[in-house]
Amino acid sequence: MTDQSGPAVGAPRSAAPPTASVRRIRMPQKLRNLELGLLLVACIINAGAIVLVQLGALGRVDTQLVLLGAGLSALVFGLHICMRFVARDADPFLLPIATVLNGLGIAMIYRIDIAFGDIGWESAAVRQIAWSAIAIIGGIVTIIVIRNHRVLFRYTYLSGLLAIVLLLLPLVPGLGRQVSGARVWIGFGDIATFQPGEIAKIALAVFFAGYLVRNRDSLSMVGTRFLGMRFPRARDLGPLLVVWALSMAVIVFQRDLGTALLYFGLFLVMLYVATSRLSWVVLGLTLFFSGALIASQTLDYVNGRFRNWLDAFNPDVYSADGGSYQLVQGLFGLAHGGLIGSGLGEGRPDITPVPQSDYIIASLGEELGLAGIFAILALYVLFVARGFRIGFAGQDDFGKLLGVGLAFVVALQVFIVVGGVTRVIPLTGLTTPFLAAGGSSLVANWIIVGLLLRLSDTVRNHPRLVIDG
Amino acid sequence: MNRELKRVSILALLMFLTLLVASTIIQYAQAESLAADPRNARTLYESYSVERGPILVGGDPIAHSQPSGDDYKFQRVYANGPLYAPITGFIPVNGEATGLERSLNDFLSGQSSSQFFDSLNRLISGQDPMGASVEVTIDPVLQQAAWDALGEYTGAVIVTEPSTGRILAMVTKPTYDPNSLAVHSGDQVEATYEGLLADPGDPLFNRATGGDMNPPGSVFKLVVTAAALESGRYTPDSTFPNPASLTLPGTDAVVRNSGGGTCGGGSEVTIATALRLSCNIPMAELGMELGDAAIREQAEKFGFNREFEIPTLTEASVYPRALDDPQTGLSAFGQSEVRATPLQIAMVSAAIANGGIVMNPNLVDAIVAPDFTPLQEFEGSEFGRAISESTANTMVEMMVNGVENGAASNARIDGVSVAGKTGTAENGESDPYTLWFTGFAPADDPQYAITVLVEDGGGLGQEGYGNLIAAPVAKQVLEAVLNK
Repeated sequence: MTDQSGPAVGAPRSAAPPTASVRRIRMPQKLRNLELGLLLVACIINAGAIVLVQLGALGRVDTQLVLLGAGLSALVFGLHICMRFVARDADPFLLPIATVLNGLGIAMIYRIDIAFGDIGWESAAVRQIAWSAIAIIGGIVTIIVIRNHRVLFRYTYLSGLLAIVLLLLPLVPGLGRQVSGARVWIGFGDIATFQPGEIAKIALAVFFAGYLVRNRDSLSMVGTRFLGMRFPRARDLGPLLVVWALSMAVIVFQRDLGTALLYFGLFLVMLYVATSRLSWVVLGLTLFFSGALIASQTLDYVNGRFRNWLDAFNPDVYSADGGSYQLVQGLFGLAHGGLIGSGLGEGRPDITPVPQSDYIIASLGEELGLAGIFAILALYVLFVARGFRIGFAGQDDFGKLLGVGLAFVVALQVFIVVGGVTRVIPLTGLTTPFLAAGGSSLVANWIIVGLLLRLSDTVRNHPRLVIDG
Repeated sequence: MNRELKRVSILALLMFLTLLVASTIIQYAQAESLAADPRNARTLYESYSVERGPILVGGDPIAHSQPSGDDYKFQRVYANGPLYAPITGFIPVNGEATGLERSLNDFLSGQSSSQFFDSLNRLISGQDPMGASVEVTIDPVLQQAAWDALGEYTGAVIVTEPSTGRILAMVTKPTYDPNSLAVHSGDQVEATYEGLLADPGDPLFNRATGGDMNPPGSVFKLVVTAAALESGRYTPDSTFPNPASLTLPGTDAVVRNSGGGTCGGGSEVTIATALRLSCNIPMAELGMELGDAAIREQAEKFGFNREFEIPTLTEASVYPRALDDPQTGLSAFGQSEVRATPLQIAMVSAAIANGGIVMNPNLVDAIVAPDFTPLQEFEGSEFGRAISESTANTMVEMMVNGVENGAASNARIDGVSVAGKTGTAENGESDPYTLWFTGFAPADDPQYAITVLVEDGGGLGQEGYGNLIAAPVAKQVLEAVLNK
């Protein structure tokens, strides 16, 4: 819109710089008004959720937390107002969806605080609100600073380097913190802890998008045909092997199965979209699953995760140290919720270990029931679909790839964590985007919101002239 | 690129569909089986989160729930806990409930099918869910009298209403305080429970309806006499040889009468005398003539070899299968492998008092929903006829004689005609006796059937006997209601 100096990637821009008068005619702020309406609904839902939690668990309404929530709503409206100036054509659904998920998460975390008797700065909900504020400001900064996503294309390799550094941080002695087995945290003193891997996934998405756009030809054109697929040359396998090695390193050194799966899945999907070659996916999945198989045989914690998954109700597995107790209690909680849930504040999500972070979806499933789970998953589907829409409608390949990558990473993360809780796949420790307690996850996901908003704005701003396949 | 994008979108959609299917399976299809898993604490908390209905005696709660302000929302309180422990039982936060807390759990917790619409109603109208209240048949005056009369003895007292089977008093000692097992700390409950289990006095036993059952001794002679009269081959005046000792056929086992000599005197003795003076030798002779099959048939008509739901499940008293002659002889005066609960012996007395009809024993008068609609009302139900009315009348006469001028003399009450039978059962070569009394009053219009069990010889080892220890307990209990 204003930044015209970025490198022209993909389709050349055909529209002239809009003048103020043109802008007014072309864009009556319909989208923003729709967004405003949806935001109001989202904030009412969130306030309602918090009040219901208080009525259910406390038996009275406590205005303090409602006020904090109102402060947060003000920030969200701040983001909305920013968009009226710098991203007027951005997608109107992303922000309300993120808001309602974030708010539901806070309500549930607050509800569990009440069960645990945590108040003030001890309380995870207050910290979550503080982090949400930081995260939303992060989203605002993203959308103000990055006026054109193609700026990011310039920083492709820097992003790659940043991702590696972020991933290595938890392994730095003195800085890294090990929490429930996984060494994915950094801490300063013993207060603030942060999972740099969450931010790394954005850097990785930027890197993958930039790298693949630059190298897609060599990755997709040449190769030998085998089994009806064109397989890449050995010398082109480099990037795949590097990312694979990175994922394996995450499994071995950081003991974090979920993050490894997330990064690798992200890479494979972006690689496939960029190159149109299924053979990459076949190769990649073969590599990853053979790696995971070896890991499950040689690494105790991976082996344990598989055993918990396959034989969760076995009394020995259930009562073992690091056994399936949490998984089974989560299932009990979900089952207790049934179709319509116990009602907010009326269930017992606090029985399950870490009900406010890894297991927040089970907590929500217990109190909001299958109906609530469906609604939450539907919100994610809509969020992801809006991201994919950028991929379909975008003009430049970098923007398309980045949009798809960011949307898919959210989808995959939801699948890994909810699939783990519902026993579709082995349980791994990942946060549920927007819902789970945790600052790094919130900041990362609100930056994703900012980026997707920015990307969607360019899509709207420059209607497609050519439809290519 | 868009073809690939479409495929990736489908993949993402499939991932979400998988999650939807998985959560539907857990929250809908498997919800019940997951709730039934014994490791599911939520199911337990659920049972606490409703205000559990009270258990009432004469309108006063002996168990009720009051708000606790902790995870369980309600604290179960047992008023006069030890006195009513065998009736209420207890409901612990970990492990299984006992007593009425267990057998009527569905009603007390509001989960029974007859409370479905009531629960729905309360849900819609915004009232908190609440369980039904249970009114028991216990007469608080009799219950207290039985508790006092049993004193420090190890044993049990049970009083029933012969015409209905209602249990008016049920006391067992030593006992426990259910409040100590209703605390909300699982560890504390466990520690208390382990302590009670390890206690040599077995305070967790309900000796009125189970526990380590005792041989009934001479009170079983009522069953054998009934069998004889019912056979039509004997009358109270039928006679048997009257030796001072009897060696059982094919064994070295010698049967003696309790006094050591003959039964009353003379070379022959009638059944009436044998019952009145509680002699073993003529009963053994009678038993062997009748045969174990006839005795067993009679015993089972009284309720032996069967569990009853009062509605708490009772233990079955035992008259064993396939006895040989010497065993049959011993069984005829309640030894050998015969075992009985006070409840069963009370049913024998009550049947005799009730013209021969055995009523099903029952502890509950009514179950009432929170809105005061009765969910269930119990009227007496017949178990069956054990003996003919004339046999019953004859036996009443003999039992009255037993109290007036026989072996049960210590149960006499001035101005009231009491029917009774004592028992002094051997447990082992040198073990203390088990002492019994069973009977009813007033004999001409029976209101109360009472059975007293005292274990460990009432502290007197082999010196104690039924008429010395058990009969006075019965007398004291009956006086509390008859001499008003």
